[in-house]
Amino acid sequence: MKKISTGTYKIESPVKFLEYCAVVGQKEKEGPLGDYFTNYSADEYFGQETFEKAETQMQKEAMDHVIKKSGFTEKDIDFIFAGDLLNQCVSSNYCVRDRSMQFFGLYGACSTMVEAIILSSMVIDGGFARRTIAITSSHFCSAERQFRFPLEYGSQRPPSSQWTVTGAGCVLLGDGIMREEVPFVDKVCPGKVVDMGITDINNMGAAMAGAAVDTLKRYFEDTETTPEDYDLILSGDLGKIGHKIVIELMGKDGYDMTNNYDDCGKLIFDAEKQDTHSGGSGCGCAASVLTGYLLPEMQKKTFKNVLFMATGALMSPILNQQKESIPGIAHLINIKI
Amino acid sequence: MDYLYSFIFGGLLCAIGQILISKTKLTPARILTGYVVAGVILYAIGLYEPFSKLAQSGATVPLTGFGATLAKGVAEAIGEKGAIGIITGGLSASAAGITAAIIFGLLAALIFKPRRKK
Amino acid sequence: MQKEEYSKLSEKKTKNSDCIKDVTKAFAVGGLICVIGQALFNLYTQIFIIDEQTARILESVSLVFLSALFTGVGLYDSIAKIGGAGTLVPITGFANAVVSPAMEFKAEGLVLGMAPKMFIIAGPVIVFGTAASVVYGVIYYIVTMCMT
Repeated sequence: MKKISTGTYKIESPVKFLEYCAVVGQKEKEGPLGDYFTNYSADEYFGQETFEKAETQMQKEAMDHVIKKSGFTEKDIDFIFAGDLLNQCVSSNYCVRDRSMQFFGLYGACSTMVEAIILSSMVIDGGFARRTIAITSSHFCSAERQFRFPLEYGSQRPPSSQWTVTGAGCVLLGDGIMREEVPFVDKVCPGKVVDMGITDINNMGAAMAGAAVDTLKRYFEDTETTPEDYDLILSGDLGKIGHKIVIELMGKDGYDMTNNYDDCGKLIFDAEKQDTHSGGSGCGCAASVLTGYLLPEMQKKTFKNVLFMATGALMSPILNQQKESIPGIAHLINIKI
Repeated sequence: MDYLYSFIFGGLLCAIGQILISKTKLTPARILTGYVVAGVILYAIGLYEPFSKLAQSGATVPLTGFGATLAKGVAEAIGEKGAIGIITGGLSASAAGITAAIIFGLLAALIFKPRRKK
Repeated sequence: MQKEEYSKLSEKKTKNSDCIKDVTKAFAVGGLICVIGQALFNLYTQIFIIDEQTARILESVSLVFLSALFTGVGLYDSIAKIGGAGTLVPITGFANAVVSPAMEFKAEGLVLGMAPKMFIIAGPVIVFGTAASVVYGVIYYIVTMCMT
């Protein structure tokens, strides 16, 4: 049994990050991690006619790059696990429609990247596949028009609001016998849906933080480790508010998260200069920081043992208008090199 | 004086809107709707007409003025045509603003493309 | 942890915007838009010698036009970021609420996208404004009938 205690799983056969790539927009390029993002577009339409097509284009570019750089062909890759924020996961569906690989479309809101990596790790470890691709994306403009207001509508964003990252991240996972020193997935801890009763669609960080705390605690209990055992703990897009809530709630249970815990949404933008309020969000936030920043840094051995947890606010504008609260989910992986 | 009163009263109506946004978490659409309905009520109880004389554009430009126009249109139409004015008065009086918004909206949509927020 | 307790914690961690600063900015920007309106009104009545009632209509139409233009070139939302309710409450805010979805949803076609989505934000203003005026009309009609 690969299950450790109640819900953390040890990946026994090596599942390595063979190749990875981030594609981002202009604002992300101008952010603090700008130097890490070599693939970007100053045109928010990515040469397409609409924002939905632009988001698809970002995924295509990220996937093309990964496959090309890996030296494999589509025949060598068994499955694609992909998702995004748009209805019917259109960005992913339209990205893979020209491909010959078998495909699973996922929706885990902003947690989708880690959801895709967990499923990839399980099918590879379970012997169902040798190599898989995990890819997710989000685009500020396509997310705004689906979840909020038209772009040119003059609305003020409250300080708790977050800025959807325009970005896609793609990884190629595999048993990679040929490659020795690359980051690999060691343990996975899938999330549970946790609803703390937050109804404010402008406070996603608070809506997700409850789920993040639930997953972190379960992971630490299952593995009998503490935050100090890791070089870095990185959450997906809790932003400033969610980050603070996690530190406080974990602290109450005796887990000191003050030293080595950060959040992709806080890293990707300079909240003051770039006016992004609580920080970045979206499937592309965790995905681009993972593929653009974390994995390259792990490759350089800046960090050797990392907890990466993508958080998702499972928000539907329709259910929110029907006065429902926003459920959250957090998927966690332990990456080592 | 027209300019000063326009500025002060128009500004005040906007300031009240901002306080509502900060303190009550009302969405913009709810605030706009509230302002128009408030304009109708204020006109109905006889307050908006004298307020407009003093505040000038400070009373007509905010959306309460739109509400007052609807109410005034209804009252005048009833005076001229009787009961049918209940139905025809409001939108007839406010037709210019609505038609302008539709036509300029259509033109803008044809000419311009939305861009990312800076 | 209970939901009530969590909600209190999340509120504590959520920094509110500087209310006084926001209200001052809304006052200034909103006031300024009204002054522009008044300037147009004076222009129409004094230079073009148009009667006051028509001039007020032209004033609204001109502001709607300016708002549509600023929305089109992508400036209205930048002003709104500063102005807040100052750009929302004037009739220019109503125009922005009509023009911005029209531009946004043109991608789905003029008939199925642009036109039906035009009133997704401003629709309630017209619906409830008209409804309120009809209620007022009924009352006004009954009152005047009783008095004569």
